[in-house]
Amino acid sequence: MAARIGIFAVVVAVFLSIPAFSSAQDLQIVNAERRIDLSSHIVKAFLTLKVENIGKNPAAEMLLAFSPTQIKNLAMVQALAITGKKKKKTYLPLDVKPTEQPDAPNDTGYYRVTFISPLGPGETVSLEVLYILTHSLEPFPVEITQSESQLVYYHDSAVILSPYHVKQQTTFVKTPSTRVESFTSIEPANRAGKEIKYGPYENRASYSYAPVIIHFENNSPFAVVEELVREIEISHWGSLQITEHYRLTHGGARHKDVFSRVDYQSKRSVSGASSFNALLAVLPPRVNSVYYRDDIGNISTSHLRTGFRKSELEFEPRYPLFGGWRATFIIGYRVPLEDYLFEASDGRRYLNFTFGCPLVETIVNKLTIKVVLPEGSKDPSAVLPFTVNQELQVKYSYLDIVGRTVVVLQKDNVVPTHNVPFQVYYTFKPIYMLAEPFMLVSAFFFVFVASLAYVHIDLNIARK
Amino acid sequence: MIHEFDPYFNYRTTLFLTEKGFYEFWNWFDSESWYPLGRIIGGTLYPGLMVTAALIYWALRFLRFFVHIREVCVLTAPFFASNTTLVAYFFGKEIWDTGAGLVAAVLIAICPGYISRSVAGSYDNEAVAIFALLLTFYLFVKAVNTGSLAWALGSAFGYFYMVSAWGGYVFIINLVPLYVLVLLITGRYSMRLYIAYNCMYILGMLLAMQIRFVGFQHVQSGEHMGAMGVFLLMQVFYFLDWVKYQLNDTKLFQTFLRITVTSAILVGGIALGVGTASGYISPWTGRFYSLLDPTYAKDHIPIIASVSEHQPTAWSSFMFDYHILLFLFPAGLYFCFKRLSDATIFIVMYGLTSLYFAGVMVRLILVATPAVCLISAIAVSATVKNLTSLLRTKQKVSQTGSTKGAGSSKASSKVTLDQSQPFQKNGASALLVGVFYLLSRYAIHCTWVTSEAYSSPSIVLAARGAHGNRILFDDYREAYYWLRQNTPTDAKIMSWWDYGYQITAMGNRTVIVDNNTWNNTHIATVGRAMSSNEDEAYEIMRSLDVNYVLVVFGGVTGYSSDDINKFLWMVRIGGGVFPVIKEPDYLVNGEFRVDKGASPKMLNCLMYKLCYYRFGELTTEYGKPPGYDRARGGEIGNKDIKLEHLEEAYTTSNWIVRIYRVKPPTNRL
Repeated sequence: MAARIGIFAVVVAVFLSIPAFSSAQDLQIVNAERRIDLSSHIVKAFLTLKVENIGKNPAAEMLLAFSPTQIKNLAMVQALAITGKKKKKTYLPLDVKPTEQPDAPNDTGYYRVTFISPLGPGETVSLEVLYILTHSLEPFPVEITQSESQLVYYHDSAVILSPYHVKQQTTFVKTPSTRVESFTSIEPANRAGKEIKYGPYENRASYSYAPVIIHFENNSPFAVVEELVREIEISHWGSLQITEHYRLTHGGARHKDVFSRVDYQSKRSVSGASSFNALLAVLPPRVNSVYYRDDIGNISTSHLRTGFRKSELEFEPRYPLFGGWRATFIIGYRVPLEDYLFEASDGRRYLNFTFGCPLVETIVNKLTIKVVLPEGSKDPSAVLPFTVNQELQVKYSYLDIVGRTVVVLQKDNVVPTHNVPFQVYYTFKPIYMLAEPFMLVSAFFFVFVASLAYVHIDLNIARK
Repeated sequence: MIHEFDPYFNYRTTLFLTEKGFYEFWNWFDSESWYPLGRIIGGTLYPGLMVTAALIYWALRFLRFFVHIREVCVLTAPFFASNTTLVAYFFGKEIWDTGAGLVAAVLIAICPGYISRSVAGSYDNEAVAIFALLLTFYLFVKAVNTGSLAWALGSAFGYFYMVSAWGGYVFIINLVPLYVLVLLITGRYSMRLYIAYNCMYILGMLLAMQIRFVGFQHVQSGEHMGAMGVFLLMQVFYFLDWVKYQLNDTKLFQTFLRITVTSAILVGGIALGVGTASGYISPWTGRFYSLLDPTYAKDHIPIIASVSEHQPTAWSSFMFDYHILLFLFPAGLYFCFKRLSDATIFIVMYGLTSLYFAGVMVRLILVATPAVCLISAIAVSATVKNLTSLLRTKQKVSQTGSTKGAGSSKASSKVTLDQSQPFQKNGASALLVGVFYLLSRYAIHCTWVTSEAYSSPSIVLAARGAHGNRILFDDYREAYYWLRQNTPTDAKIMSWWDYGYQITAMGNRTVIVDNNTWNNTHIATVGRAMSSNEDEAYEIMRSLDVNYVLVVFGGVTGYSSDDINKFLWMVRIGGGVFPVIKEPDYLVNGEFRVDKGASPKMLNCLMYKLCYYRFGELTTEYGKPPGYDRARGGEIGNKDIKLEHLEEAYTTSNWIVRIYRVKPPTNRL
């Protein structure tokens, strides 16, 4: 192990930026501080940057660079500009977009941050960047028994990967417990309690890279929803029916050998430390008709707490989930329509609902949201703060003739930070609401008329 | 939610039918059960139920009601039960009058004996079969009463539906000929009977042959021979009638009669003898024998005797399921005999035979229920009618002074007779109040029974906690779902056959044996594996490719119908085929015990080891030593159990289901 760390410590990859990056030469990062939170299986990194324009032309935007493994697992990047002095700090959200650079070294991925106003020569700006990584903690050993606790690797660089020159930088890594098996040391680096500090490092050239591996204990629930399908059905008769199909798995180190109920019951603290059997879903307030079931029927282990601001559904899968075990289940609930459906100024209606997954601290590998509009709706369009795949489908439900338009929104790699409102606009004439009752009424009417006629008509050939 | 064991299989097949279509269903070879033999589903089930549910499903889909097939399955039984009450009304009307029909419908609507099989979720063959049974009988009686071909045809179709739905159709095909025979003997032969029976038998038989599981049994099996004999007898009767008409000479006819009858009996006897001897006509099956002779199964076929539903009925369960009907039934019989007709003879015979069968087998209470309800309804209706007419005419007597009221002549004549008796009016009203009191008690009892005994699925166990709160043990589904999600899709699971259907339907995994107990040897092999020691059992399990073993254990919760209590049946069934397994080896002085005094063979058999593995470390009840078995009330005898070839794969939260993984063989050095 020590030898490997030594090798990594020596290997400091330095990429020289090429003059094609004209803006890259113009900016430099005066001070950077990075805090990486490894306490759950969702890796959150907070980056505080102080950027200075050292070129001659105003710069409108800057680039954030990520290594190829990170860009693959990157769930979200957010940036805020800090303006004002210490006590009157205001944060302004900035536009962040993934972008491609034609000559990116070693498949580096980029995000482009656009400043509020172009940065003039000699000016500086402070930015706060939050990026979230999923599937970045690699269990090692890959398989553990019930009595072992889960150890994971985290790979990153001690210095910030950036296309700009970084004058001074520090990285803090927070681990969930004090148990850290090993970490790559790149001087100056030290560990105190749950925190590992890398740096400060001075004057690192652009594209500096110093790979580090941290091997530590992480027993937080690695709840990964492999696939989540949320169906939101709008009924203009007054409610919104939401059905969520989960395919949950434990994404941590795989369970091996026996599962012993005796140990699990009696030595709960040391047995199955990385397993979990309770989940929490945050549902909208005023939720009603909540159910929790799976393919073979109702599951009775759930509690609902309703509140003014949110409702909480506490539930347990049928069995505790150990590494690699799977569970599928369905949660359904109903909310009043008036909280979520509004009329826009142009006469169109829009649904305002929360994106993402209601389960706390879970990663969703593939999220599909299906908004089922009432029959007869036209011109649907969805508005989201980030890019998703969109398509339209048709669904047939009770008494449908032409079918209902379904707006399908699909996104991979979703984390709780994606739980932000989105809107679906559509036009709908209220007269369509009466179509189905009218059909039923007329059907019964015809049945009665037919029976009336049948009773009164004499079909006998022979005269009586 | 779907209840019990068999409905899960029915649900699974219905799902298959709706997904793959009818032809695929007919040709379905199920490799998920009876590994490694498999099972030809299309040819070994009664498809009536599945086809009915699928048709309802398709009809609803066509009408734009997008229901799930599970919802259809769950509600099929209540739907058919409601149809049954309608049929009961018409049947009662046919044999007695509208009042009796109405009372019959009310009685059957809430009778616990029927509700037990018609609650929502009880998706079993019986659910539609009782409807079909009653419909067939009703149409047949109607046909006998009217002599109309149309009703007889309807009855044949009813019979066809019954055949397609349930093995209990054998009851129809034996009761109807018996009834015809009784009518013949009592001199009630008529042209109406001839038409009704012939049409029903011929068409019913031809239609029934279309069901693959039944096939040619109508002409080949011993159980159906009675019907054919009666059919031939009818022809002889008709022929003789014709000859008698032609001959116009009594003496000549007597001679002719003697010759024909002797030769007919001779030919029939020879045909039957040859057929049986050559194996063309199969002898009666074990279940049929055990119906006629209740002790037969216990001696010869342990697998039938091991099912709790096949046990003889206890008196308490008659009371539980029938309540006041039990007392009304003889009264109804009295009324039937008092006003004897073709129809009342039928209901009397139906009532008596089915009640006998209900006494032999618990599950046949269901078949007797409609008859008991109908006959009781006759009693109630006739009593109430007599009493009320008594009251009414009495009033008229006092008002108009006339003894001839608007009531029936019988009632009014009774009034004239009883006029001298004092307190007549008061007595009648008191009796009426009594009848209604009884009926209301019945309604209360039914509601109570339904809510207590039949409304909760047996797969979820409920208990009262220390503070009076309800505790649910959902361990079965926990285990099945665990199997479904966390085992390889081709895993083979060995368990006792009771859980086979549930494992395939809910766990979606291949099982070795299941509730369709068609291969006794295979079940005996599993029984043998369970009752052998681990090394021997491992050999058997290896030969069956078993990956997981599932046992049900109630020692922690005090759940008494677990595998240890069923274990003697495994030994008996296993021993029935493999003489190495001997029941006395597992008993101590004829006593079955699991504590220290248990026999060494018992303490080391696979079932014991799997159930009690690491149980010795657990304290189940305060103040009792660890390893205290709450289901049997004793400390277990072998607390230090080591498993060599198996390892614990999963145990549910209340220990009810324990699943073990069979380890691959170790490398031989």
